[in-house]
Amino acid sequence: MRSREIPDPMLNQLLAGYPASPDSFDEMLDASNKPRAHWRTFLDSLAHEAPDVMRKRTESVQRQVRENGVTYNVYTDDKGIERPWDLNVLPMILPHDEWARIEAAVIQRATLMNRILLDVYGEQKMLAERLLPPALIHGHAGFLRPCHGMQHKDGIALHFYAIDLARAPNGRWWAVADRTQAPSGAGYALENRSVISRTFPDLLRDLNIQHLAGFFDTMRDSLAGWGRQCAASGPAEAPLRESEAPLIVLLTPGPYNETYYEQAYLARYLGLPLVEGSDLTVRGGIVWHKTLSGMKRVHVIMRRVDDDYSDPLELRTDSALGVAGLTEAARRGNVLIANSLGSSLLESGALLGFLPLLSKRLLGEALQMPSVATWWCGEPSALEVAINRLDQLIIKPSFPQLREFPVFGKDLTGEARAAFIQKMRANPKNYVAQELVRLSQAPVWKPGSDSGLSARAIGLRVYACATPKGYVVMPGGLTRVATGRDSRIITMQRGGGSKDTWVQASNQVEVHSLLKRTITSQDLIRDDTHLSSRVAENLFWFGRNAERCDNTARLLRVTLNFLFNVGPAHRGDEWPTILALCDWFGLIELNESTQSQRQAQAGKAAALMNDTKIEAELLQAVVSPDVPGLARQQQQLYRSASQLRERFSVDNWRALNQMVQSVNGADTRLSQSEAMAILDNATTALMTMSGFALDGMTRDLGWRFLSLGRRLERLQFQALSLQHALGMQASGSLEWLLELSDCIITYRARYRAQPEWLPVLDLVLLDDSNTRSIRFQLEGVLKSLAKISLTYGPCGEEELERLKNELLLLQPDTDLYCGNAQLIDLLYRIQVASGQMSEHVSVQFFSYTGTRQTKTQTA
Amino acid sequence: MTHLPAGAAVRARYHVVHETRVAYQSPVTLSQQYLHLTPRPSPYQRTESHEVWVNPLENDGVDGTDYFGNKTRQLTLTTPHHKLLVHAESTVALVQRHGLAHIKGTSSWESLRDRLQLGMDPAMFDAYRYLYASPHVIGSLALEAYARISYTPGRPQLDAALDLTQRIFDEFEFDDAATDISTPLEEVLRGRRGVCQDFAQLMIGCLRSLGLPARYVSGYILTHPPAGQPRLIGADASHAWASVFCPGLGWVDFDPTNRCLVQHDHITLGWGRDFSDVTPMRGVVLGGGEQDLEVRVTVTPLTLDGMARQGSKSPVDCQG
Repeated sequence: MRSREIPDPMLNQLLAGYPASPDSFDEMLDASNKPRAHWRTFLDSLAHEAPDVMRKRTESVQRQVRENGVTYNVYTDDKGIERPWDLNVLPMILPHDEWARIEAAVIQRATLMNRILLDVYGEQKMLAERLLPPALIHGHAGFLRPCHGMQHKDGIALHFYAIDLARAPNGRWWAVADRTQAPSGAGYALENRSVISRTFPDLLRDLNIQHLAGFFDTMRDSLAGWGRQCAASGPAEAPLRESEAPLIVLLTPGPYNETYYEQAYLARYLGLPLVEGSDLTVRGGIVWHKTLSGMKRVHVIMRRVDDDYSDPLELRTDSALGVAGLTEAARRGNVLIANSLGSSLLESGALLGFLPLLSKRLLGEALQMPSVATWWCGEPSALEVAINRLDQLIIKPSFPQLREFPVFGKDLTGEARAAFIQKMRANPKNYVAQELVRLSQAPVWKPGSDSGLSARAIGLRVYACATPKGYVVMPGGLTRVATGRDSRIITMQRGGGSKDTWVQASNQVEVHSLLKRTITSQDLIRDDTHLSSRVAENLFWFGRNAERCDNTARLLRVTLNFLFNVGPAHRGDEWPTILALCDWFGLIELNESTQSQRQAQAGKAAALMNDTKIEAELLQAVVSPDVPGLARQQQQLYRSASQLRERFSVDNWRALNQMVQSVNGADTRLSQSEAMAILDNATTALMTMSGFALDGMTRDLGWRFLSLGRRLERLQFQALSLQHALGMQASGSLEWLLELSDCIITYRARYRAQPEWLPVLDLVLLDDSNTRSIRFQLEGVLKSLAKISLTYGPCGEEELERLKNELLLLQPDTDLYCGNAQLIDLLYRIQVASGQMSEHVSVQFFSYTGTRQTKTQTA
Repeated sequence: MTHLPAGAAVRARYHVVHETRVAYQSPVTLSQQYLHLTPRPSPYQRTESHEVWVNPLENDGVDGTDYFGNKTRQLTLTTPHHKLLVHAESTVALVQRHGLAHIKGTSSWESLRDRLQLGMDPAMFDAYRYLYASPHVIGSLALEAYARISYTPGRPQLDAALDLTQRIFDEFEFDDAATDISTPLEEVLRGRRGVCQDFAQLMIGCLRSLGLPARYVSGYILTHPPAGQPRLIGADASHAWASVFCPGLGWVDFDPTNRCLVQHDHITLGWGRDFSDVTPMRGVVLGGGEQDLEVRVTVTPLTLDGMARQGSKSPVDCQG
């Protein structure tokens, strides 16, 4: 060990700018400002790297976060509520022996919390024995009376638990708050690890850092075990086969929830359907998942909806997020809800002061980890202490249901202070006073020109899950970093950062192996049996929106190209036709008077509009979401994609995000070349995405709906542009039509000549090898419909079938010429029929969920 | 809890029909209803017969008991329907409650308040359930100030409760257009008008603001047709009043809408912390659109041996 004492100039240089903090604990340096043993390897490695490496790492982390679309929704932000997740490149490292103490304390506390929950919702002995004041339970808005007396499998009501820890200046960890409702952040911790493990793969191994995956497997296996018990409890229900997996769903409040990204991520990671309240229904005390192929019985619900909002029938009647009858289903033991309804009761700072005695009484043990000194103002003496020492305290609401923010006593002055004290006196039960903790500090990497080590205050959130044999702690956690000057409080809502948390193992970490299950041929799943109507609808619209985006980008590109490259003297009749098409899609606005007789008067219309005006309008259509055009289409595409988060791969997201960012980042007054670059990017990104859809997605029913949406949209667009083309004079150029239809390469390869009517029309109408031809689209739509109707019966495809037959009867020699009124009419009917088909599909498949009404009656 | 002798004489018998009809604009494909329509047995009330039926027929019906001990029923209907009828019909017999003479001279209200604050008293375990804020009844300084006029220092607890009952009746106006179920108590207190639920919850809010337990009772009341006119079918309504805890006597019911101590004109369905715990019927339906709601309650007094009484007189001065 002597060698460590040798001064290392490079290490000294690395640590030179790091601010020491005399009055708080430092995670990296000891009291004599020497690196702690468990940081040594990491720092040595950092100190001896080329200066550029950390910059690259930081950029890589930022890029991964951005491109994976890791976000956190902020309620207070009225604009674009999604904020990118803030992940610092440096991890938080914890040595094994220290972690062992944290782990034991968290297990003990989770066990205690569960016992308290069982007592409060059962015999209430702790109240009778005066270990809990009655006001804390009976006055608690989170004490859900309808849940009293419920039985829990294996006596576990708290399946998933998190605790916020802070380290005091003396190095001891303190419990600050308990999370028992639906602890969030474990998914972010997982995502953090997946990003950081690409950044420091060697160090993770060298430092013997524990994996996180096993924890999630354990959680899922435990839930599945209880789900199996639930399956056996229903009336006249066959128990699950040995090899048959119970259905576990993740119930989300929806895309506007602050941690929706995380919920979607977890659902995808754990392989669970992500459902909203309206996707579930309770019949006969059993919970069902409404899928396109009928109702599937749900055995376990991982709940991210607040418990009081989970059942509008027995709990909050004003809830639009829950499932009517859920409480009764849980009461009958037909479904396991994790965490159980009513568990938010424990998420109260008021409880902290009572835990030491409760631990002795319920567990026969002293509490291993102390809680930060906390007084519940519901006790008269505590109220006076809190008011007298206001400056040293933070005042928090006793019950999360009050939805108030914590207040620092020190920040209250003058009238506000008097008013606040009055509020406390009026309802003392609603407040807890907590000692301020001086948080420990940990190193962060400061990017930019003065890059290097810096320090920030941190807090640690640790997670535990229940198993039939007791609680298990995730070997890691979410380290939260204060960003602003105000290091007294860390919340993601107010803009905090995070770190990956590294926990060292005592012995060599085994390579994580996937769980081994026995799956028999009976259990092979070949289709997406859990596709909910809502998801199918979103996929359908995603397909349509992606295609609309593509069409818009192509039309803009063709038009701008023409405008920039073909001088007015060389423009034929194709120019007013292109403009008329742009007008049809709202990209430019032709004069009113000419619109009524568009075809005949188009020439004049074009003459009336000068190039400058057209260019200005087209450029706006590229970048401005305020007018119809690419930017707006992309927003819609992004919105429909957001609803499908759990179904898309990370790669798919990356393509989408790159495209949206290239438009969002653009100046509204852009040059010609910038506009063309954006359009090229968009077309490429959409091409990439359709490549994923073609190659990367399983061709299950969900894919059929996506594909159907896309084809119907393309069919409409092609039919429309062809009608316009056929309406122009025979002398008009056809190059634009081939570009718009993405067929120019094919055409040139085949004919090596200027486009002419017959071969062009054959290519875009009848060629079944051209993926953009009308025939190809029609056949594709009919194929998708045929697959769907195999499962659900006929879905109104007869009209399209007829039109396809009509199309196939066309004779190239006699029918394919410019201005053919019958052909124009056929295309018109195809366009109308594809619109009707879209509506038909919506009515048949997507109106399933209906509208919910909650009515409370007065008498 | 009661000190009445077992098998006390029946003082009144009633037949109650409570019909709820909902007409929907568009068909309802799934209807889930949660009912508190079954009279709750108590030392003062015995259920002789009771049934609930619905049209269309339910697919699933489960009887239960809620946290407060009330009888509940949960129904699921999946037959598509435009109209829903819920019919509850009961016959109950009532025995004598504490009369005005019994409630005189109880201990002071402060002694109860202080006893409750000392910590959980096993003898009063039940009282704590009704001592704190509930969804519709949140104590306030304004309510306390209003209550203090009746709850003067050292006043016997039930004397004060009766006085508060009478003051609410005298100082508030019955007005079924002034409030709805979401009207907060402060507004009722300011506006001085409302219906039976408002007055019951106002009284409960007053007591809780003083640190005293009080519960909300849901039920029916016998109304008296004008002299010489027959009793009209369906002209009655469901009713609500307040119940006050008194050590030694148990829970004693006061009706601020009718300025009286509850005797045997009141039929009890159940009780809770406020309206939300014992809503007679609440539900969630899929579809339906606009809906039209009609409630008809008919309370018919029966003779003690089973016949309907004609033009009976209430033994205590109650206003309908």
